[in-house]
Amino acid sequence: MANNVYFEDVEIGQEIPAFERKTDTMHWNRYAAINEEFVYVHMDDDAGRAAGQGQAFGMGNLRWAYVLNALRGWIGDEAEVRELSMQFRAINHKNDVLTTQGIVTEKTQENGENLVHLDINVVNQKGDKTAPGHAVVVLPSRG
Amino acid sequence: MTETQVETLVTPDMEEKKGVWGNERTSYPISESDIRKWAIAVYWGETPPKIFWDEEYAKTTKWGGIVAPEDFNPFAWAVPLVQPKPAGAVPGRVPQKGENILNGGQADTYGVRMRPGDVITTRTRLSHWEERTGRNGLTLYSYTETQWTNQKGEVVKTRISTGIRY
Repeated sequence: MANNVYFEDVEIGQEIPAFERKTDTMHWNRYAAINEEFVYVHMDDDAGRAAGQGQAFGMGNLRWAYVLNALRGWIGDEAEVRELSMQFRAINHKNDVLTTQGIVTEKTQENGENLVHLDINVVNQKGDKTAPGHAVVVLPSRG
Repeated sequence: MTETQVETLVTPDMEEKKGVWGNERTSYPISESDIRKWAIAVYWGETPPKIFWDEEYAKTTKWGGIVAPEDFNPFAWAVPLVQPKPAGAVPGRVPQKGENILNGGQADTYGVRMRPGDVITTRTRLSHWEERTGRNGLTLYSYTETQWTNQKGEVVKTRISTGIRY
């Protein structure tokens, strides 16, 4: 895969392909293992309840990873993610189906780079927008 | 959770550390195996992209070889072991007010990619904080800046992270 998408072909309001996962301990434990993120509230329902969240819950950083996966999947291996920001506003409970969203809001050119700005979110199966944010990617030009 | 009457969750230690760069650490060299495992975990359910594990393919891209995902953490699994920071509720114990911790979010700017063999240095500083009363009672939002550079002094990542205590 070379270039998936060129700056000229991107339109404001365009939605990028989603990355979707139904998450449970198979995903959380693997993430804990690579990030050495062994926190009781992510592993133990009693701790999740004690924290006022009902049961063990997933890591915000895993949703972060899913958004990066969606951005990479869209732009391809040659382009770059320059910025990403997200607020983790809702909890990722077991068996939630998480779907990333990315909508193009702006195109700019700065210092010779072609920048595409996007509104970002991760939506669960109930339609809750759990992680609003913003991303900037650098795309190649056809010129 | 027992809600005790606490007027502030700001500690003297926070006042002392505000704005001061510290907690500098240097990673072990990043290995291809670390990158491959990271990619498998975050793409679990499908085979991750070849750029993260297939050197022959990666050579054909502009990167000239395998690169790490932007969110790859080279500081995991360091030795000597350090006592983990308090990380919220634990089984069999009622957390005290202010002991519950959530990741509130973060804002990253990415520089050069991380590659196998890279050694990353990090430092952090507490930027500022604010307290609000929300659904979990008195809640402290603290903002921490983090800088990552590689062995050539190139900036890999800057992050502003939001920590939530309640």
